[in-house]
Amino acid sequence: MKFSLSWLKDHLETEASLETICETLNKIGLEVESVEDPGKLLAPFRTARIISAIKHPNADKLRLCQVYAGKGFENVQVVCGAPNAREGLIGVFAPIGSYIPGSDITLKAGKIRGEESNGMMCSIRELKLGDEHDGIIELPNDTPIGMPYAEYINLQDPIIEIAITPNRGDALSIRNIARDLAAAGIGQLKLWKTAKVAGQFASTIQINNQYPGSCQWILGRTIRNVKNGPSPEWLQNKLRAVGLRPISVLVDITNYFTYDLGRPLHVFDVKKLTGSVLTICPGRGETFKALDGKDYKVTSQDCVFVDQSGVQSIGGIMGGENSSVDENTTEIFLECALFDSNHIALSGRQHGLISDARQRFERGIDQAFLPDAIESATQMILDLCGGEASEVVSAGSEPQWQRDATLHYKRLESFGGKSVPKDQVKTILSSLGFVIKNETPESLTVAVPSWRNDIAMPLYMAQFSGLKEDIAEKVKKSVPEIEAEADLIEEVLRIIGLDHVPEVSLPPLKAVPEAALDTQQKRQLLARRVLASRNMLETVGFSFVDHEIAARMGEVPETLRLLNPISSDMDQLRPTPLVSLLQAALKNISRGWNDVALFEVGPAFNNNKENLIAAGIRYGDMPRQLDGKAHQVTLWDVKADVLNLLNSVDVPVASLQLTSDTPIHYHPGRSGRLSLGPKNILAYFGELHPSLVKQFGFDQAPMIFEVFLDNLIEPKKGQKKKHLVLSPFQPVKRDFAFVVKSNIAVETLLKAAQQAERQLLTNVELFDIYEGDKVPEGCKSVAIQITLQPQERSLKDEEIEAISQKIIQEVCQKTGGKLR
Amino acid sequence: MDNDLEILKQETLSALDKAQDLREWDAVRVAALGKSAPLTQKLKELGKLAPDERKERGAILNNLRQELTAAIETKKLILEEVALQKKLSAEAVDISLPVSIQNGLIHPLSRTIEEITAIFGAMGFTVAEGPNIDSDWYNFSALNISEYHPARADHDTFYLPSDPLNHQQRLLRTQTSTVQIRTLLKEEPPIRIIAPGRTYRADHDATHSPMFHQCEGMVVDKGITLGHLKGCLVDFLRAFFGIPHLPIRFRSSYFPFTEPSIEIDIGWNRKTGELGGKSDWLEILGSGMMHARVLANCGVDPKEWQAFAFGVGLERLTMLKYGIADLRAFFESDVRWLRHYGFSPLKPASMHEGL
Repeated sequence: MKFSLSWLKDHLETEASLETICETLNKIGLEVESVEDPGKLLAPFRTARIISAIKHPNADKLRLCQVYAGKGFENVQVVCGAPNAREGLIGVFAPIGSYIPGSDITLKAGKIRGEESNGMMCSIRELKLGDEHDGIIELPNDTPIGMPYAEYINLQDPIIEIAITPNRGDALSIRNIARDLAAAGIGQLKLWKTAKVAGQFASTIQINNQYPGSCQWILGRTIRNVKNGPSPEWLQNKLRAVGLRPISVLVDITNYFTYDLGRPLHVFDVKKLTGSVLTICPGRGETFKALDGKDYKVTSQDCVFVDQSGVQSIGGIMGGENSSVDENTTEIFLECALFDSNHIALSGRQHGLISDARQRFERGIDQAFLPDAIESATQMILDLCGGEASEVVSAGSEPQWQRDATLHYKRLESFGGKSVPKDQVKTILSSLGFVIKNETPESLTVAVPSWRNDIAMPLYMAQFSGLKEDIAEKVKKSVPEIEAEADLIEEVLRIIGLDHVPEVSLPPLKAVPEAALDTQQKRQLLARRVLASRNMLETVGFSFVDHEIAARMGEVPETLRLLNPISSDMDQLRPTPLVSLLQAALKNISRGWNDVALFEVGPAFNNNKENLIAAGIRYGDMPRQLDGKAHQVTLWDVKADVLNLLNSVDVPVASLQLTSDTPIHYHPGRSGRLSLGPKNILAYFGELHPSLVKQFGFDQAPMIFEVFLDNLIEPKKGQKKKHLVLSPFQPVKRDFAFVVKSNIAVETLLKAAQQAERQLLTNVELFDIYEGDKVPEGCKSVAIQITLQPQERSLKDEEIEAISQKIIQEVCQKTGGKLR
Repeated sequence: MDNDLEILKQETLSALDKAQDLREWDAVRVAALGKSAPLTQKLKELGKLAPDERKERGAILNNLRQELTAAIETKKLILEEVALQKKLSAEAVDISLPVSIQNGLIHPLSRTIEEITAIFGAMGFTVAEGPNIDSDWYNFSALNISEYHPARADHDTFYLPSDPLNHQQRLLRTQTSTVQIRTLLKEEPPIRIIAPGRTYRADHDATHSPMFHQCEGMVVDKGITLGHLKGCLVDFLRAFFGIPHLPIRFRSSYFPFTEPSIEIDIGWNRKTGELGGKSDWLEILGSGMMHARVLANCGVDPKEWQAFAFGVGLERLTMLKYGIADLRAFFESDVRWLRHYGFSPLKPASMHEGL
């Protein structure tokens, strides 16, 4: 909402500075978005007379003018190309050094075709005040010379733009802004009144309201013998200042009321209407050309005004081109109606039609301000256009908007946090238009003004369907009273200023607060730290990706596809963060980063379930070592990532089951699945499937992993660690090499060794795998080292030998291999 | 002293002087003081002398022996030092050779969430979560945003096909306020929660991202007032930015789910981006006393309980605190950006270490 300071002062008697006014607007909830001072830009321009104008000696189309622009600019030579540049013309002069906003240049002294030019006579377009560029500006003969042009056109008026929150439809009226400011102590609200204009005849247009659900109340009257033309300067300037284009006096008057009083009006040209009845009804699919020149197909969601020839306007939103007023208009029908805000919202939204009228009706206008508005508007039309008015016709009636709200003074403190003297409360509410109806020592009951559609409004509730009925009823009953009171508290506090509410730190619930995170949440943090400490960079990718790319890595059901994506590469909720990571890796690779290690802890979307996944990708080489060797990432790197992560979040990694059942995006022979028991899958890791390597366009296979953080089991709580006995005896190490079939998993062998001896065996470690001509074809040699930890005494050689045999026997049995 | 003893002394000292290393030094030592050394022989022969002569000769020989021993030991220390120096210089390496530094890093957004959690955790809040895909009821209706409310249009919501089972309109949450509702339905007051998370709006330009992060907060208790709201958020903002006297401005505003509604600005310098001054104001937080309807929609009696709630954009907090200019870069996963703005995983945000 834009308004000029002078327009505000039409309603507000104040000496306050622009700065104070803006500060106060911010404080009371009318946030200032911008303040502009258009006079500033036009400061160098001044009115001037062309004393003489002769043809430029070297150019047919140029004139050599001597310009008088007041003191200091007595006889300035200007070369001018405008066809209307002539002796005696009064126009607008820009001296050397002026910035010309319309052409974005700064004037310099110079010669044009050999003749000096020390300034410029300007057109409207050069001043950026309009499109006219046929010639230089011509001002009336009585214009004072040497006057700042901004002052001459009254443009030194600052323009303030405020943001209007959806609840404050009333503040889309300059008068109501003035009222708020007056309540906040910035001056005095001026009196506004109107007199009834007696009807001279019966209205030639009647109203038939068949849609009272949308148009609750309407007044109208015919005014004939009007003369429509350009508005007087003062009105044009007012409208221009707030960004409205002056059209004709009748249209300008309706716009003036929209801004001045928040009261949209419409005028129909009676001569262009067919028949004598305007019917208000839902649209029936007719096509209608609105004032913006566009065709709209009206629907039953629109409340339209129809005459015998068709739709003439979409009520509360925009009038029609067909019945619009023009310079030949002599008879009009003035419409002043009250539309239902929800209907207007839907109607406007379906056509994407934004208008000043819609903006106001959608938020709700003053529900009582129809009779006075139509009288006042009639008077203004008669004053500016002449003519005589008919009697007022109407349909519907004033809605029952009256309602009360009660404020208990102590609630200002117990809810609002600030105690306010009773008198101040009463003054504030009264100056906002509330009428005191009842007072007790503890409370104040006020009538809500007709323009405040945000206070003590009828109850709209959307209670949770699963609430117990009695609870739902009980809590619902508490709402109206509490809500109305909160509304009034808000009014009082916003006018006083929320800065005056004392700050109170929250009282502690406990001396030592409980942990803010639960186990699951803590694990997310740990997962991040573990992966980052393994040299990976954390990323945050969009939850939505291209569905075609996502399909390479999992299900992409329609149920997880956005109905209104902003682009096709962000239309599918991703089945795994890997989709984002692979694309991110590719982008980085294309920027010249050959080695990429990225991870994300983020959501994945499957079958309408959201899972939290820690996913990662490694590509290229692992960090180079000092000896110059850099090894390409292998699946062992990501296996280590996964196991380190799981280990850090209390997963008993020794009891994990490892299988090769991995999803389609993994290389089937180079990937693994880790689970706790057969069903609870904790992670996948491995090489990206070769066909995806190709599809994505990687030069070599990235290594990837996914850890399902939601599947981690709760650790046992409060469990003390097992008692530790530190043996004083030297541990014994023995090495064994087994020849087994190549397809035997090393883990089978390691577990067999581990299980062979429960008491003394503390560690089994792989230290070599060999395949080649020294072992039979199709076999491999697996070398392990075992550690025996004697507990009560040193082991004798025979004992060590016995255990070794047990291990050899167990391994050979479980793997079908033999000692090498 | 006998001439031969003097010669012996001089020869030994001269040999000692010439010794270059411990091996040569040892040869001198053995030659001068060893079993077959002349001086040792002479000492052995003392017994053969008459007592008077023996005493006198003994003193001379012993003095000489002591003198030579001292010289030899001194020389040993010198040679050992030389040998050590030689070894040290032989062992010297080029310490300028580069080693790899562990440089995995945490994303700045994760860092901000940790910091926020640490601060609110100290004030007794716990972290609550909710789904990214939610229903129309949780995202709008329950929060007092009716079907016709202009806020619905303002939010540029991403929609998903309706739930095939209950036909509810599904959407990507436009605000973390959904978690207020879920928490109120699940927990009994008193409640103190924060809910950081992903949020979505169909808007994509230099200052808007279709996905961004918010942190919601809610305090429900008996006797909670707007004064607590102010105190809590002032405490938070000053702790988060580490500026004890950060200017903070409270402006009346409007949100459908709060009443009174408040927008909070912090003082900064628009030109330099520096926080703490009072030359300009920057909007940073939305908040308010929770609307009676929202509490009652969730079965909480607004006569019995009072509550405040707030929501804050996490990208903006992060950008302000760490001087990051571009919002879009947060989600572009550019290795150069991640390395520049990321945080060490070994320095988690905690109150006892300081933020």
